[in-house]
Amino acid sequence: MRKWVPALSPGWVPALVAGVFTYQANAGEISVKVTLPQINTSEYHRPYVAIWVEKPDQSVQQNLSVWYSQKKTDKGEQSDKWLKDLRQWWRKSGRDQSLPMDGVTGATRAVGEHALTFVEGKEPLASLPAGQYNIAVESAREKGGREIVRVPFTWPVKKAETAKATGQSELGDIVVNLKP
Amino acid sequence: MKHIVTLLSLVLGASVSAAHAHGVWIAPSSTVLSAPQFVTFDAASSSVPFMIDHRPLVIDALSIIAPDGSKVTPVNVMKGELRTVFDAKLEQQGTYRLELLRSGFRASWKDAENKPKRFMGTAEALAKEVPTDAKDLQVTETDSRMENYVTVGKPSALKTTGKGLELVAATHPNDLVTGEPVELTFLVDGKPTEGVEVAIIRSQSRYRNSTDEKTYKTDRNGKLKVTLPDAGMYWLDADFKDNKVTNKVAKERSLAYVITLEVLPQ
Repeated sequence: MRKWVPALSPGWVPALVAGVFTYQANAGEISVKVTLPQINTSEYHRPYVAIWVEKPDQSVQQNLSVWYSQKKTDKGEQSDKWLKDLRQWWRKSGRDQSLPMDGVTGATRAVGEHALTFVEGKEPLASLPAGQYNIAVESAREKGGREIVRVPFTWPVKKAETAKATGQSELGDIVVNLKP
Repeated sequence: MKHIVTLLSLVLGASVSAAHAHGVWIAPSSTVLSAPQFVTFDAASSSVPFMIDHRPLVIDALSIIAPDGSKVTPVNVMKGELRTVFDAKLEQQGTYRLELLRSGFRASWKDAENKPKRFMGTAEALAKEVPTDAKDLQVTETDSRMENYVTVGKPSALKTTGKGLELVAATHPNDLVTGEPVELTFLVDGKPTEGVEVAIIRSQSRYRNSTDEKTYKTDRNGKLKVTLPDAGMYWLDADFKDNKVTNKVAKERSLAYVITLEVLPQ
């Protein structure tokens, strides 16, 4: 989808709109609920978090969401200095991206539950070839730890189902709801 | 200097081919960066790699090469009693290479009273220092390359020079993680070469009972495979000897290559 959108001429738009509507009628949906746990520490900083669709070989199929500070630090340094601490994501995808990424990157988030919904055919999920995948969630916190949690799923979704995994330290419940 | 002499006596006393490069190292504060910034380096010669316990390293011949091929000047250079420190501002995206190239001659002989004598230095100095009647004279040409790599953003492709002993790693040196085997190819004057001796030691050996040094030899294709199970900074030393001297005063050429590799957890 990403490839042909920029090439649109005005005459194609009605066809595209119609196409999207029929597509969405049977588009699969992935909802991810990420829980950032309360951590008792004298100096708490919101974690950097990356969420992506991972292939069985651990390569990144699709980035879904990345939360990091885009402000400069008090030393005037760019805050993406710390993105490398999301070390799995940084190695597998982050370092190849031009940041910030449209529709993917955003500000850090507070302790609690964060529900995200991704619809097939709509950025950032775009098209997902049939296969086995993980939803991978990685979290790294300044003066804290780092953790990655994976929830496996099969695509396309045949019937609605829920899968869950729970982090030990930096992440709480990761609940993945799949809808056909 | 005393250290070099000690090492030299090792070379003379035993067949420790790696000895002249042993314990010489440069260690970066970071190797994988997601934004341009300063990186600081320690450089020393010591009993065990990364242990700051002996002499600072002379870094006059150091080059820091940016991804676009330009040179970065080290700043805040401090030569301490035990180690040399310098900083480098890494402003471009891609891989920076630090290299310290050293070459010269070392000689050993016996004087008229059969006392052992040694020398290390340039060919010109050698001609002056070694008496014409030296007995059992052995002269070796030495050529060593030390490297560090640091990457900002995406690692860039690395090039070799085709001179001396060099490494081509199938995995980029700034892309190493625990548990993933790495294939290393050693080149002598640009050609994959069998029989290169390689030693690998992980940092922080003070906190264990042995250095846990691992040794390897390249196969007929100049390759060897290593798996680094623990995260940390690793010192890799490779050595090779042949007779391709550039100056006929020496019969043997002794090549060395040292690189610092950081292995991150998965």
